[in-house]
Amino acid sequence: RGVRFVSGGVGKIEKVLIANRGEIACRVMRTAKKMGVRSVAVYSEADRHSMHVAMADEAYHIGPPPSQQSYLSMEKVLEVAKKSGSHAVHPGYGFLSENTEFAEACKQEGIIFIGPPSSAIRDMGIKSTSKHIMSAAGVPIIGGYHGEDQSNERLQEEAARIGYPVMIKAVRGGGGKGMRIARSDSDFLEQLESARREARKSFNDDVMLVEKFVEDPRHVEVQVFGDMHGNAVYLFERDCSVQRRHQKIIEEAPGPGISPEVRRKLGEAAVRAAKAVNYVGAGTVEFIMDAQHNFYFMEMNTRLQVEHPVSEMITGTDLVEWQLRVAAGERLPLLQDDIILSGHSFEARIYAEDPNNDFLPGAGPLLHLSTPASDEHTRIETGVREGDEVSAHYDPMIAKLVVWGEDRSAALKKLRYCLRQYNIVGLNTNIDFLLSLSGHPEFEAGNVTTSFIPQHYADLFPTPRAPSGATICQAALGLLLKERKHTQEFTETSTKPSSPFGSSSGWRSNVHFNRNMTLQLGDKKVHVVITHNKDGSYTMKIGEEVYHVTGEEEMEGGASFLHCSVNRVKSRPKLVILDNTVHLFSTEGSSQVSVPVLKHLAGVSGSGAQGGAVAPMTGTIEKVLVKAGDKVNVGDPLMVMIAMKMEHTIRAPKSGVIKRVFFSEGSQANRHAALVELEEEVEEGEDSSQ
Amino acid sequence: RCRSLPLVCSRTYHADKVAPIGSQPDKLSSEYQENYDRMKVLVDELRSRAEKISLGGGEKARKLHTSRGKLLPRERIDKLLDPWSPFLEFSQFAAYELYGTEEVPAGGIITGIGRVSGVECVIVANDATVKGGTYYPITVKKHLRAQEIAQQNHLPCIYLVDSGGANLPRQADVFPDRDHFGRIFFNQARLSSEGIAQIAVVMGSCTAGGAYVPAMADESIIVRKQGTIFLGGPPLVKAATGEEVSAEDLGGADLHCKKSGVTDHYALDDDHALHLARKAVRNLNYKPKIGVNIEPSEDPLYPADELYGIVGDNLKRNFDVREVIARIVDGSKFDEFKAFYGDTLVTGFSRIYGYPVGIIGNNGVLFSESAKKGTHFIELCCQRNIPLIFLQNITGFMVGREYEAGGIAKDGAKMVTAVACANVPKITVIIGGSYGAGNYGMCGRAYSPRFLYMWPNSRISVMGGEQAATVLATITKDQRAREGKEFTAEQEAAMKEPIVRRFEQEGSPYYSSARLWDDGIIDPADTRMVLGLSLDAALNAPSQKTRFGVFRM
Repeated sequence: RGVRFVSGGVGKIEKVLIANRGEIACRVMRTAKKMGVRSVAVYSEADRHSMHVAMADEAYHIGPPPSQQSYLSMEKVLEVAKKSGSHAVHPGYGFLSENTEFAEACKQEGIIFIGPPSSAIRDMGIKSTSKHIMSAAGVPIIGGYHGEDQSNERLQEEAARIGYPVMIKAVRGGGGKGMRIARSDSDFLEQLESARREARKSFNDDVMLVEKFVEDPRHVEVQVFGDMHGNAVYLFERDCSVQRRHQKIIEEAPGPGISPEVRRKLGEAAVRAAKAVNYVGAGTVEFIMDAQHNFYFMEMNTRLQVEHPVSEMITGTDLVEWQLRVAAGERLPLLQDDIILSGHSFEARIYAEDPNNDFLPGAGPLLHLSTPASDEHTRIETGVREGDEVSAHYDPMIAKLVVWGEDRSAALKKLRYCLRQYNIVGLNTNIDFLLSLSGHPEFEAGNVTTSFIPQHYADLFPTPRAPSGATICQAALGLLLKERKHTQEFTETSTKPSSPFGSSSGWRSNVHFNRNMTLQLGDKKVHVVITHNKDGSYTMKIGEEVYHVTGEEEMEGGASFLHCSVNRVKSRPKLVILDNTVHLFSTEGSSQVSVPVLKHLAGVSGSGAQGGAVAPMTGTIEKVLVKAGDKVNVGDPLMVMIAMKMEHTIRAPKSGVIKRVFFSEGSQANRHAALVELEEEVEEGEDSSQ
Repeated sequence: RCRSLPLVCSRTYHADKVAPIGSQPDKLSSEYQENYDRMKVLVDELRSRAEKISLGGGEKARKLHTSRGKLLPRERIDKLLDPWSPFLEFSQFAAYELYGTEEVPAGGIITGIGRVSGVECVIVANDATVKGGTYYPITVKKHLRAQEIAQQNHLPCIYLVDSGGANLPRQADVFPDRDHFGRIFFNQARLSSEGIAQIAVVMGSCTAGGAYVPAMADESIIVRKQGTIFLGGPPLVKAATGEEVSAEDLGGADLHCKKSGVTDHYALDDDHALHLARKAVRNLNYKPKIGVNIEPSEDPLYPADELYGIVGDNLKRNFDVREVIARIVDGSKFDEFKAFYGDTLVTGFSRIYGYPVGIIGNNGVLFSESAKKGTHFIELCCQRNIPLIFLQNITGFMVGREYEAGGIAKDGAKMVTAVACANVPKITVIIGGSYGAGNYGMCGRAYSPRFLYMWPNSRISVMGGEQAATVLATITKDQRAREGKEFTAEQEAAMKEPIVRRFEQEGSPYYSSARLWDDGIIDPADTRMVLGLSLDAALNAPSQKTRFGVFRM
């Protein structure tokens, strides 16, 4: 393919400020480095030690954690741009990326805004305007009302005209915010109010549009690119149908089952759309597609999208490089005929969230993080490292896993293989959910729609299986090996490095030594009787089952693996022991086994399953319902906290007397922080064996 | 399993390579196989007897104990120790067949050395499932022996107390004498004065004299609603003053931690108490100064169980003690001293788990030369601060006119003097016969080795049963002859038979261990481990200079 470099344009870019954080900031910097462009980062107080700050050539502090006062503050970002002598600002996605005023302000300061002209942002940002333009340019659009009369009556009238179900959407909305579905006349007003409330909160603008809601549609979007010389190209479509909470979690390119004919039509419509607004830079034209592959224009996103890597993977391009070149006034590196679709690519978004709790977003520390190895066909797009915190202040996305394969099934296989190697401990993630999603036969068949998750809910959330005896043995072995390592390290550094007392053999004079270990599986306790055999192997008894277990811990690429054999079946799960929990990650999935917290530690330990009342995630204490000296029963509410915009009631894990309350109303509690000290009622005859 | 460790002091220049000792036994020979099988029978017997003893009291007593939320004493020890750390238990067979029909497994008390928070400690645990944990005469002896071991080797003591005190019907054999009950507290005071920590964990009752165990301790822990300490229990109080009081109110954890101050730490349960004990040891700020150089440990070249086939159970059969040494020491390396002189005694330097040792083993009866060689070797080890290992398999010193005339008594005395005065750690293993003055020269119990162990095939007595019977029969025969009476062969046989039987019974290691003449019967295949642990424990004590007495020249 011929790549043409055209020199001479509106300006040179030798230093770029990235007005963003997380993976996209890192993504942009990577290309900047490759091109020899110096990068400038900005960071809020919460991101002081973040990866994007470490990666940048320069980094500037721009304010406290809330984005309003940092990443969304145009003045602060521009001030840094000037101070650092940046030639251009890359806004990433979200934050200031589709802010007309900001684009204007950059222009006035003589700084290149890497994105389309502010006029294009404005035109496309207002949905009613964009539809007019598109309609005029011959792009198919869906029936709707985009009028200025925002009275409830008028909107409801229009909804009836369009025909239910309808979608109520904030004109300035995006990312699923300020968007509701009304299925009938009776729930229209309720949904309208709800959408307005959310829109006001999110965008400070509650102008709504109403349009036809396509049942079980597909979400198909086309990557387009324009330059200042009147060229515009498309880089084929992406399918982003599978969504939860109206947000994408898995994307692919090209769209499954889409014929070359439809593909060409999609692409050409998208280019027409781009040309209609004299588009420059990277943009995405979103379409809604019905079962017959009819498609209708939805909106145009005037920025680089989260899921842009899948388009890069199938076209062999670097869209950030294109952005920088085009912004500098160069021509597009490739014209339409040079852009060839090759293979298939998937992106899975790994989020800190709890799929079992309606995908409730989470936050917290990445106590353990190991990823598959990245290579030409596997990309790990992330902005966090092990030990970092997923901050409650920002989007809870941890990473994007992007893979490429010769065809869809090869790519999907690769995706699943890599997901299994993506192991995180410390917070809930959607990795297991992504695995069951990507392994679903309907997904494999490419039958994706935006209703995929609700339709296949039962299959996607199977009842969890109890860990097998072999898994329990592996966990027990992991704990034993850890103890052995402690002993070995102590002995080797002691004054008696060869002492047989440090041999970890459990040797006893003339008698067998059985170690009784109690493990916690969910709310069930399992007793394992372990014997250390002379040959170094272990015999483990769980109930009547006897297992012969051998193994060693091996380090590979920073992660530790348990090379073990249980009844002569060999396996090598990844082993992570944190606090009192063993995490095993194998190709068959992940499992967790804990050591029960001893009675005398139960009041102190923060994260024990049966420990005291602890904060489930980082958040603010809204209400304190108890005081020192209060007697509480199991399940009594103790506090209410607000975290990730949700209310959580913290209940007493056991009966007892409140000794102390550690937090007052309005204060911030970190995840796993003990909230109260609870003195247990004295009970008789309790099972205290470990 | 032993691990080879990368230590700085390993001297392995090519020129320093040594040839290992020992040889491949002919495993197909009938002698080897017979030996092996017979020793195996003895070892299996040892293990099955030990397993039974390790259960403690009867099933009913154990059930009652655990139903109260208490851990069994061995479980307590397992949890007190560092995970998977070995436990060198002493005198499992204390009281074995000692009190007629009364079974007192392990003497009602478990003692041994194990690592707690990285520190080797002597652990003394009462077994309340055995006669309520009361002290029989042998219980006292075993408790005192554990304290002696602590004193000699400078090991902190942890007492897991759960005992009803002295066994009243046997009070006369428990209370009054020097080495009776009171000596326990005498020892606690003296040990503490020597800087040897005394930690008591009250996990059951501590009545009367027993109350002094926690009271005399440096630090004490008590389990709530389980441990009680009082000089007089509720029945005695009622008898004396008419006051009615519950055991808990009279001497429970709340009283002693909050009011009396008799105990220092309050535990919620056994687990918690043991956790507190581990913390107490951690806070001892204990760091032994090792007075020897340490090399990386290596496994012997030969499997330990070959000792069964080499030694067997027939004491009349000879074996080369070097074959035993080859299966005990690091890399089967043994630097023999005076190999061609006095060759019925084998002496030389070697290492066990990296620790230097001087080994003295018997390869036959002791002659003057062997005794003098042994004396010389003991002097060397004392000069160099090298611990001594005695592998005892000795019928005695050579008798006969020629040898008496050669001064065997004075040469034997030299060796006995050297053994008696040597202040380096001495450890004795009786691997065969231990008879007569040979027992003295080879560091028998009377010579205060730090530890003394017996193999299950061994025998200990003033002389062999056959010899004793023959001596007695000869004397009788002579007496009868003087009286002009007849002494028929049948009469002689009838006279000898009970003597042989009695010697056989009293010479048995179980008879010895029951009375604490040794520290335990061990599986020959465990000898290396037992010696390693014992040496390791012994090296906690600061080294002492040796001053020898007068050697008769």
